[in-house]
Amino acid sequence: MRHLLDTVHLSREDAIRILDVAETMSDVSGREVKKLPALRGRTVVNLFFEDSTRTRISFEAAAKRLSADVINFSAKGSSVSKGESLKDTAQTLQAIGADAVVIRHPASGAAQRLARTDWIDAAIVNAGDGTHAHPTQALLDALTLRRELAARAGVDPTGRGLDGARVVIVGDVLHSRVARSDVWLMHTLGARVTLVAPPTLLPVGVETWPCDVEYNLDAALATGPDAVMMLRVQAERMHGAFFPSVAEYSRRWGLNEHRLGLLTPEAIIMHPGPMNRGLEISAAAADSPRSRVLAQVANGVAVRMAVLYLVLSGAPSTEGA
Amino acid sequence: MSNTPADAAQPSAAREVLTAAEIDRALTRIAHEIVETTKGGQDLVLLGIPSRGVHLAARLAEKLEAITGRPAAEILGSLDVTLYRDDLRHSATRTPAPTLVPPAGVDAMTVVLVDDVLYSGRTIRAALDALNDLGRPGIVRLAVLVDRGHRELPIRADHVGKNLPTSKNESVRVELTESDGADRVLITDRAETKGSAL
Repeated sequence: MRHLLDTVHLSREDAIRILDVAETMSDVSGREVKKLPALRGRTVVNLFFEDSTRTRISFEAAAKRLSADVINFSAKGSSVSKGESLKDTAQTLQAIGADAVVIRHPASGAAQRLARTDWIDAAIVNAGDGTHAHPTQALLDALTLRRELAARAGVDPTGRGLDGARVVIVGDVLHSRVARSDVWLMHTLGARVTLVAPPTLLPVGVETWPCDVEYNLDAALATGPDAVMMLRVQAERMHGAFFPSVAEYSRRWGLNEHRLGLLTPEAIIMHPGPMNRGLEISAAAADSPRSRVLAQVANGVAVRMAVLYLVLSGAPSTEGA
Repeated sequence: MSNTPADAAQPSAAREVLTAAEIDRALTRIAHEIVETTKGGQDLVLLGIPSRGVHLAARLAEKLEAITGRPAAEILGSLDVTLYRDDLRHSATRTPAPTLVPPAGVDAMTVVLVDDVLYSGRTIRAALDALNDLGRPGIVRLAVLVDRGHRELPIRADHVGKNLPTSKNESVRVELTESDGADRVLITDRAETKGSAL
């Protein structure tokens, strides 16, 4: 694996390999010495043009646990605010000797741009670009769900997909790169995904995605899904009116106490974070024993360790795509 | 049982150097050696190095259970060394396997590392580093089914199933029922097999 840019082009085989490696990586987090020497002497740059807490910290923890040197770059307080272009920034990183660049950017396609130019030779890992893709988030969601399904069936998760699982993704699909990446990855892994959102928060062309679309959350929950993923209402990307009022959104598409009671006993609740408590998810749902929000964060470090290991190891000549 | 004329049909230069019965006898002897050197198998942990070292460690643990009566599950584990290797940037990407340590841990224990073939010694170097991150064993020993020589590091085995003088152009392939369907050790010309010896 040379880069990780989206989940649309990730094969089932590669996706399962990443999840399997992540399973072995997550063992390290429980050890006294939380460090592996695999990426000693390699430099990972976290190139963040957009605010982020958990993704950046997660990538930083992942790189450090693999003994890589980490350089954190955020657009605020850098030469980007003086007008430096992505090209010049990339060439600067190349000159510094970056082996991998983890990029978060408000423009969709920024990661592809870096991967396909000769500005920089480093492995590119997409940490979220505009409303396009956020592959490591989708992978950590898949890891969380896969572990849940395996525990329920009493089997080892290694080597398995998400075959037969049913996942409901609720909320602001229009602005969500997480939803896009989740739909494709979970479809590739054999799960059936249903998107639930007000029509104004569904993108044009959603009918061509490999998933079902439902407008009524109660109807979707009545089908007994294995997991419900609530998406954050992205106020910072909403410059128009997408729903009449916060109260109405919360009433029709929020996960409240009443809807919590509709779930099957095994169903889990996921949220990519940060949560708007009281808007898309109630405090009771967020803090319920079904919530896997913190497990998702922990799994995020393991998945990112796996991705960094896979893009940075292996001789160049033996690499495939 | 595999020492039959069928072996003659092997691709040209493959030569069987250990039969299933010989492998079993070697493991039985190693098990007795381990009991002897650990004064009855106290505070013992067997860590197999994936993939075939894990199968060999499991067989040794069963034999030790028969001798000492300690349940195999209490002493058996596996130690993945992938992320500690010194050739990660020079060979195809390897997928790490799980590391499983028995409930008692490795601190102050006598840890016997188990692998199929001892060659350059680099795998064992990586294993010692990996072990160091798991805890602080009292004593570390090494048991291998085949020692084929050509060491590149100052490492030696404490328990050896068979010393096998080889040329560097040859490849030693250990096949075990668990992973390959039958027990035997083959020597082939390197060009013909990918070899599991490294």
